[in-house]
Amino acid sequence: MARIFAYIVHKAGVADDSAAELVAAAKKIDAAQAPTAVVAGWGAELDSVCESLRASYGEVWKIANESLAYPNAELVRQALVNVLPAGCIVLLPHAHFATDLAPGLSIKMNAAYVPDVLGVDAVEGAVLKLVRQEFGGQISAHVRCDISSGAVITIRPGAFKPLEGAPAGGVVVDKSSAVGPLTTGRRYLETVVAETGDVDITKYSVLVSIGRGIQDPDNVSIAQDLADAMGAALSCSRPVVDAKWMEKSRQVGSSGQTVKPKVYLACGISGSFQHLAGIKGSPFMVAINKNPKAPIFRVADVGIVADILEFLPELTNQIREK
Amino acid sequence: MEILVCAKRVPDTSENEIELNSAGNDIERDDLVYSVNEPDNYAVEEALEIVERTGGTVTVVTVGGDEDEEILRREMAMGAKQAALLSDDTFEGSDGRGIASILAAFVKKGHYELILTGVQADDGAAQVGGMLAALLDYPFASLVTSIEFQEGGKLKIGREIEGGNKEIYEIDLPCVLSIQTGINEPRYVGMRGIRQVASIPIPTLGKAELGMNGFSGKAAAKVKCTDYFVPPMGKGAEMLTGSQGEIIGKLVDLLKAKGGLK
Repeated sequence: MARIFAYIVHKAGVADDSAAELVAAAKKIDAAQAPTAVVAGWGAELDSVCESLRASYGEVWKIANESLAYPNAELVRQALVNVLPAGCIVLLPHAHFATDLAPGLSIKMNAAYVPDVLGVDAVEGAVLKLVRQEFGGQISAHVRCDISSGAVITIRPGAFKPLEGAPAGGVVVDKSSAVGPLTTGRRYLETVVAETGDVDITKYSVLVSIGRGIQDPDNVSIAQDLADAMGAALSCSRPVVDAKWMEKSRQVGSSGQTVKPKVYLACGISGSFQHLAGIKGSPFMVAINKNPKAPIFRVADVGIVADILEFLPELTNQIREK
Repeated sequence: MEILVCAKRVPDTSENEIELNSAGNDIERDDLVYSVNEPDNYAVEEALEIVERTGGTVTVVTVGGDEDEEILRREMAMGAKQAALLSDDTFEGSDGRGIASILAAFVKKGHYELILTGVQADDGAAQVGGMLAALLDYPFASLVTSIEFQEGGKLKIGREIEGGNKEIYEIDLPCVLSIQTGINEPRYVGMRGIRQVASIPIPTLGKAELGMNGFSGKAAAKVKCTDYFVPPMGKGAEMLTGSQGEIIGKLVDLLKAKGGLK
């Protein structure tokens, strides 16, 4: 089996939660191997990330370079191509940074690419049998991946549970000298922080959340009425913001807000993993959707198959009467 | 500016429930309604808005068969002036790298300064744009939510990261950008618009015309989908049943018990 590397995403000196999940994914591919962490960055923050990873990785490859102080995927890719051995397997968390980095990395390493993997079903010689989802999670797929010249694989956040075990007692290996000159036609300028909207949905313990099923901007008031009757805030999933029916500040999901309510009413939301990633703290989740196969029913506590446009006004009336 | 947009015809999930076929190895493809991959409409709209400001033309391209021509016509009805269908029996079974290689061969035959893709398609892979850029050695950015022009053949782009925040980059042309949904409001296309472009010839280019010697086709594919299956239910929701009145009664009780009502 080829050597397995886990690319560690980090911020302000702290490794992302995915660092522990990638160990679990690596062990599914090759239980006999201690995976190696690879961390790119600069300065004291990089050092503290490397230090923290010694508990879970046998080896931590440190790539220190001033031009990697901010993780510009184009530069990180060049660094990885220069540092990593040919034919290896690279795991990354499937999130916005991997979307930027991983497809091109696979090309430059002449490696197979499998994005957004949820499971490892089998390893048969140089073939991995992996599990993915398609059509927004409506259907699962088995994918065969030829790893004879290496692979780049991105792992669905939350799909692999971190392993419990004794500290790995890893060593930090400085690979900075192998990076070579880094140049790119894409230069980082700044990060623009999201504007806060009129309502801060992260502050509410009850959320009524609407998705594509609301169908028309004129119908948003139906859900607002329900939220008002419940003393809840109104939030939404991505398609509602894409259609400009609600402000971005109301969007729950990995590219929007992370919320931690006690009760979450998902109305006409199919339940993509990007949306669910924004809901923390295991709220009591009610899903109302007219498609009985909507993925949201797999994760909700209570499900109702109904057209929200008919159901919500009636629910609002009943709550007002009580 | 000459802009190329890569598009794909996919089953329309707003029109279909995706189900397993009776053999259990593929999705049920009979009676599926297809349409253009929704994010690709945002890419075409963005390209059209750019050429409205800077001049130039928008070309839309797809890899597939005769049936895929309909989405090229749809994007031409939006305003793309040219289209091309990249089609060859040997392209069948291509993985993401194969598709990107075919597109790269097409790009090399033209003079495109900007290449756009939708952020992802039906398989959720979000891979072809980044691969295409790497094959061409062009800079790449994914999840792009804003594009502005700078002096000297550069763009200033925003890309969506976590928490509604945005990273701003300066990027040289030519480049490849994957366009996130919501960047604009794609224009409406009616039947009349599609009829108006119905007779415009769309060239088909195969392996020979493209001068391909890359990774396309089944034999070169390192990644293959072998079968589909119904996702495991997990814990699964307790489904409330009965008349609407009964369901609402049960739900109100549950919400009260869980602190969901003020």
